[in-house]
Amino acid sequence: MKFFFHVGRYFSMLKLVMAKPEKHRMYLKQLIYEIENLGVNSVGIVVIISIFIGGIMTIQFSYALMNPLYPSYLIGLATRDTLLLEFSSTMLALIMAGKIGSNITSEIGSMRVTEQIDSLEIMGVNAASYLILPKIIAVVFIFPFLYIISVFFGILGGLVTGPLTGTITLPEYVDGIKTLFVPYYATFSIIKSLVFGFLVASVPAYFGYYVQGGALDVGKASTQAVVNTNILILFFDLILTRLLLT
Amino acid sequence: MIEIKNVCKSFDGNEVLKNVSIVFEKGKTNLIIGRSGSGKTVMLKCILGLFDIDSGEIWYDDRNFTAIGRKERKKIRQEIGMVFQGGALFDSISVEGNVRFPLDMFTRMSLKEKQQRVEFCLSHVNIDKKAYKLSPSEISGGMKKRVAIARAIALNPRYLFCDEPNSGLDPETSTVIDQLLIDLTKEFEMTTIINTHDMNSVIEIGETIFFLNKGEKEWVGTNKEVLNSNNPHLNDFIFANKLYALMRRDNKSI
Repeated sequence: MKFFFHVGRYFSMLKLVMAKPEKHRMYLKQLIYEIENLGVNSVGIVVIISIFIGGIMTIQFSYALMNPLYPSYLIGLATRDTLLLEFSSTMLALIMAGKIGSNITSEIGSMRVTEQIDSLEIMGVNAASYLILPKIIAVVFIFPFLYIISVFFGILGGLVTGPLTGTITLPEYVDGIKTLFVPYYATFSIIKSLVFGFLVASVPAYFGYYVQGGALDVGKASTQAVVNTNILILFFDLILTRLLLT
Repeated sequence: MIEIKNVCKSFDGNEVLKNVSIVFEKGKTNLIIGRSGSGKTVMLKCILGLFDIDSGEIWYDDRNFTAIGRKERKKIRQEIGMVFQGGALFDSISVEGNVRFPLDMFTRMSLKEKQQRVEFCLSHVNIDKKAYKLSPSEISGGMKKRVAIARAIALNPRYLFCDEPNSGLDPETSTVIDQLLIDLTKEFEMTTIINTHDMNSVIEIGETIFFLNKGEKEWVGTNKEVLNSNNPHLNDFIFANKLYALMRRDNKSI
């Protein structure tokens, strides 16, 4: 029963969030701030994680494909397709759920327990819309860019690590990157990243918006938000893969 | 004027407000007093519409707040200023940004006009210009309360609500806040409702005092009458303060 209660309240909150803004200029200002706060400030961590994962994947694929029957360029191809299809969309979304999601829950939750949300409501501001809508738009907008950045730096990580560790030569790796490229994989993953972006912003916002109690409860809500967002990301990954790829 | 008629509110079967009816007059500081847990904050939140009441009516002048929709409520809320117990200032913006926020959101004032209004409100609550650019975390508790009052009066409200404006403040700062509230109420002809259990405030600014006990209105009077009431619960509440108890024993006036 609790599950249905939360689902119902989540959609009620979304209805409030999608209401007409009081003043568009104020929302736009907030949106720009959120794009910087939630999006641009995440680029660094995305670059670092992608370079390392790209490099690690190249080494692991070279180990797994050591059989002389397999051509070496397969290492580059496998790294590229793994990044394109799963890592840079799903895995990155799971990581971002931890970074962005906990940030959103703790920010909105702190505002709730310190009566800042009540204060907005009393002024006549639709607090749900003013606080949550710019975050959702910002994260949905920035996620495809983070995906592209992640793929680029993941491939670059493999490109540097492979030849450096002697597992693959540079021409073989580049050859693998160019072989059997399916552009639809990128389209598919960008669609996924849009859905994941919505989940990463809206689910933690829900947990923050309805938190009750004090600082301890905000911490608990952040944990709950990250766990639930991760589960939903994997669930929607399964559905979208089934719908769009098979 | 704000009038509440036969208001009842309960949480999970626990009755917090029991058939309360009160008239809060315009241009006066109306104080709601009572022990912790007597229902003061719940009543304030019911009047503000943050909690839905189980039964009864709440009137803002000639507008029935309980019978109107979200849009109309929003209009009334733009006529309300609220000072929360902890100030509830927005952490992410500066002191002047906090006061400018309602102006940005609800007015079409020019930048210059907004700045003038911000300075007018902040100077009214004696905030020094040096503090304008500071964030709420960089100012003292008393200053936070004063900034919250400045933000509350930014839109020239008709109704001002304060939830324990003196909690956590030293007696001197409390007196400053009290004086500010009574001055602003007179100057802007507001209907001011103050939730408090600070006895100094009760004596200083209680033009009309409502005593709540276990969710019921038990006593109504003025600051002149509060020390001489016959209500045993009110006397227990007031004379728990040793200073007032000694004064009563020695028959000294305030």
